[in-house]
Amino acid sequence: MKEYRTISQVAGPLVFVEKTEPVGYQELVNLVLADGTEKRGQVLDTSDEIVVVQVFETTTGIGKDTGVRFTGETIKMPVGKDMLGRILSGAGKPKDGGPDIVPEKRLEITGAAINPWARGSPRQFIQTGISTIDLTNTLVRGQKLPIFSGSGLPHNEIALQIARQAKVPGSDEEFAVVFAAMGITKEEENQFMAEFERTGALEHAVVFLNLADDPAVERIITPRLALTTAEYLAFELGYHVLVILTDMTNYCEALRQIGAAREEVPGRRGYPGYMYTDLASLYERAGIIKGKKGSVTQLSILTMPGDDITHPIPDLSGYITEGQIVVNRDLHRKGIYPPINVLPSLSRLMNLGIGKGFTREDHKKVSDQLYAGYAEGVDLRGLVAIVGKDALSERDRGFLEFAEMFENRFVRQGKDEDRTIDESLDLGWDLLKDIPEEQLVRIDRELIQKYHPKYRKKAE
Amino acid sequence: MEVKRTKGVLKRIAGPVVTAVNLDAHMYDVVKVGDEQLMGEVIKIKGEDIIIQVYEDTSGIKPGEPVENTGLSLSVELGPGLLTSIYDGIQRPLEVLVEKMGDFIERGVTAPGLSHDKKWDFKPVVKTGDMVSPGTIIGEVQETNILHKVMVPPNVEAGKIKEIKSGSFTIDDIICTLDNGAEIAMMHKWPVRIPRPFTEKLNPDIPLITGQRILDGLFPIAKGGTAAIPGPFGSGKTVTQQALAKWSDAEIVVYIGCGERGNEMTEVLTEFPELEDPKTGKPLMERTVLIANTSNMPVAAREASVYTGITIAEYFRDMGYDVSLMADSTSRWAEAMREISSRLEEMPGEEGYPAYLAARLSEFYERAGRVHTLNKDYGSVTVIGAVSPPGGDFSEPVTQNTLRIVKCFWALDAKLSQRRHFPAINWLNSYSLYLDTLSQYYDEKVSPEWNPLRTWAMEVLQKEAELQEIVQLVGSDALPDEEQITIEVARMLREIFLQQNAFDAVDTYCDMTKQFDILKAIKFYSDQAYAALKTGVMTAQITGLKAKNDLPQIKYVKEYKPEIEGIVKAMESEFTKLREAA
Repeated sequence: MKEYRTISQVAGPLVFVEKTEPVGYQELVNLVLADGTEKRGQVLDTSDEIVVVQVFETTTGIGKDTGVRFTGETIKMPVGKDMLGRILSGAGKPKDGGPDIVPEKRLEITGAAINPWARGSPRQFIQTGISTIDLTNTLVRGQKLPIFSGSGLPHNEIALQIARQAKVPGSDEEFAVVFAAMGITKEEENQFMAEFERTGALEHAVVFLNLADDPAVERIITPRLALTTAEYLAFELGYHVLVILTDMTNYCEALRQIGAAREEVPGRRGYPGYMYTDLASLYERAGIIKGKKGSVTQLSILTMPGDDITHPIPDLSGYITEGQIVVNRDLHRKGIYPPINVLPSLSRLMNLGIGKGFTREDHKKVSDQLYAGYAEGVDLRGLVAIVGKDALSERDRGFLEFAEMFENRFVRQGKDEDRTIDESLDLGWDLLKDIPEEQLVRIDRELIQKYHPKYRKKAE
Repeated sequence: MEVKRTKGVLKRIAGPVVTAVNLDAHMYDVVKVGDEQLMGEVIKIKGEDIIIQVYEDTSGIKPGEPVENTGLSLSVELGPGLLTSIYDGIQRPLEVLVEKMGDFIERGVTAPGLSHDKKWDFKPVVKTGDMVSPGTIIGEVQETNILHKVMVPPNVEAGKIKEIKSGSFTIDDIICTLDNGAEIAMMHKWPVRIPRPFTEKLNPDIPLITGQRILDGLFPIAKGGTAAIPGPFGSGKTVTQQALAKWSDAEIVVYIGCGERGNEMTEVLTEFPELEDPKTGKPLMERTVLIANTSNMPVAAREASVYTGITIAEYFRDMGYDVSLMADSTSRWAEAMREISSRLEEMPGEEGYPAYLAARLSEFYERAGRVHTLNKDYGSVTVIGAVSPPGGDFSEPVTQNTLRIVKCFWALDAKLSQRRHFPAINWLNSYSLYLDTLSQYYDEKVSPEWNPLRTWAMEVLQKEAELQEIVQLVGSDALPDEEQITIEVARMLREIFLQQNAFDAVDTYCDMTKQFDILKAIKFYSDQAYAALKTGVMTAQITGLKAKNDLPQIKYVKEYKPEIEGIVKAMESEFTKLREAA
């Protein structure tokens, strides 16, 4: 392989190389420093005169004396069954002291788009054991559902609880967890790893770790390595894979950093104009393929800067993902765990996976009624602040009380409390029983007769 | 003259934009890029440099690889076989792509838009010696339950028919020759960036009936009109568009999934073939063409998908059909333009969008319209574009530039959808500029009472919004009696008329008569209520009227007529009793 020593410019994570033979776009590049250490990069722009290389590690030590080798191929990920149980770096190198991965296949990490025609319809209910997800924002296999959180909120605990408890009721198919950390702190890493070990989840997991002090640019490939692994496990080996990506905000920051180094025209708040397309190339790598056994379900975590849901990162994510679980600071301050605010939360694929034959026939209606009741109660809190509780009508006081109960009994649950969907639904009914029956306009009479605790007791 | 250089070499590759040299090309010529012959289009010429956007992933392509100019512009194949098809942004059938390259979209595979082997039964409707001109319908093919009309392509000169065949042919077989030597097949190609010609554009004065009460009732759109649905994510934009695709009384539906979610397209793909057209009872898919270019498919093809869609829509319009085109979402299209523009290092306009954003948007929406076709039939293309404003901020460039063009605005509201009020269209912010042109139709076809009834409903809702501000401060009990009734009537309008359940088998589609009857029943209650108040009946008795509690159930009843009449009668007798008691 030819080695060039024609670097003309180094700027941030970018290296400009002159006078090369034709080099392919997105080709993998090895850079050999004067002291012999090797760094890796990727071609971002290629022409007869100049090749722009994005380096995945720091550019410290790179200078005009650095040798540049173009490998002639795009970045590929060695994948194999023995990856399960392994801990790898953000660039895919073993980090647990174990041997290199024995590749059964080498796959392109950019990943091609699934042909919409080949996609299967995601409709298998995943029970997470968390009522605010299972009942009101149901997750289904093949869905991508992010957690929108903020700094200092317990999103990691929620993600871990989901990873621990998630199951498809009545099925014992092979499952796996692919965990990709981008720019998280060592402490957070410890939290995740300790938990994986405690629950024995590590055996079924592949972990990619890019920590806060690892090069930011490496974060660009970490999720791609993770998703390539997930697709391999799902569509070649038939696993049901849950991918946890955290924290997408750090990923986007890295994207912005490279955009700035390339002197690109920035979009909103300095993020590159192609961020939507770039995020889509990650988020869209979830789903089910007709005629294949496995599935890829994505649970990404992002912290909203300033808790602002209109910030470009949550905003663009929300336009791609199939809903979002919103973690709320006020609930957290009230000491409620998990502090999930159901009002702005949403699962777009929920209707495909619930109801008769999936969960229970009353699921959708109970969910709608809980939403409507809680929304009304929360609205009334504003009114109470002005006119006081006594000025409310009896009906309004009922809803106010309902919102309180909803937060304290329905939203609140233990970190190890694993509620079945039936338990969640019954809990929902138990709250609804305090609302006068004629106010339950979202539920038809037939279901009320069948499930309302008042009638159930009589029947028993 | 210099020999044309149709083969050049690549000089630079940077994402979806590549530069070629030693090539003669015109703007928007289609070129084959690299050894793998990836499809691309010339988008800029700068000295010797020919700048090309590539419709497929360019990873691994090197400078020095060949580039070949086909000399053609990006075109779609138009002919029998379009209906029920599912294409990507450049009219490659997705089903064929699965057969050719498996479950993932790889590159370098071409697939024609229509099947060139399949034979269709062609029945001529003109005979030898007839004079035909561009746009003249010369024959018919029963494609699905839709009759596909074969036309003289717009770029063929008028002439007398020398020979016309009848029988089973492929789309490439010559079925008709003219005395001027022109040979006509069932299929012709048309460049997507050029609007198809017509005789004249007409005033849009016929409504597109959608079966959605808030749209037909309050904010109607005309056939050939334009509408925008802007909404933050999670406000039910896609559900609304899909409801329109399912239920609007257009004969042909073209649905463009432009840069949207893969799983959502799958939902459309699995749902449409199962759904029945309310008029014909045949699967909806039989009148539908789908274009699915999901967000992770190449960005240049996303840019093209909107043009591909509207060209197909215009083609059916030229046959004399009413076509509705849904583009979900035009924001993703605009973003594709932005991405390509920034790769071209063009001077950006607002928020990094190219300066020509407004021009492109208006060119696109201007291709809508109800026209007198070249064949002197009436046809229309109604364009309904979804807009996804970042952060729900309507002041951003795509929303603003769209609003300047479209005549209908259906403002989706995240607050409403959080309350599970669907369709979550805000009745205060939405508008339709077609009310005046359509009023005559409603007078004649629905009822002379319709237009005043609509105005009344809007007034009540407007009044409620004002009263709500007071209620927020002092509670509803503090309002005067009359206004408490207004609040009650507005609540009924919202919950009974405006809310519609897309997942209920009956309520998902509501015809004009039923809409009229529901509105009239609410108005009846309102009139009676004010009258009763004057005779001294207590407000609580009026708002607590038992008979009206059955009214919401009407929505879910198919044969609702006897029931609604019963409810109106019951309301009347209950009011009479109240008045007598007072």
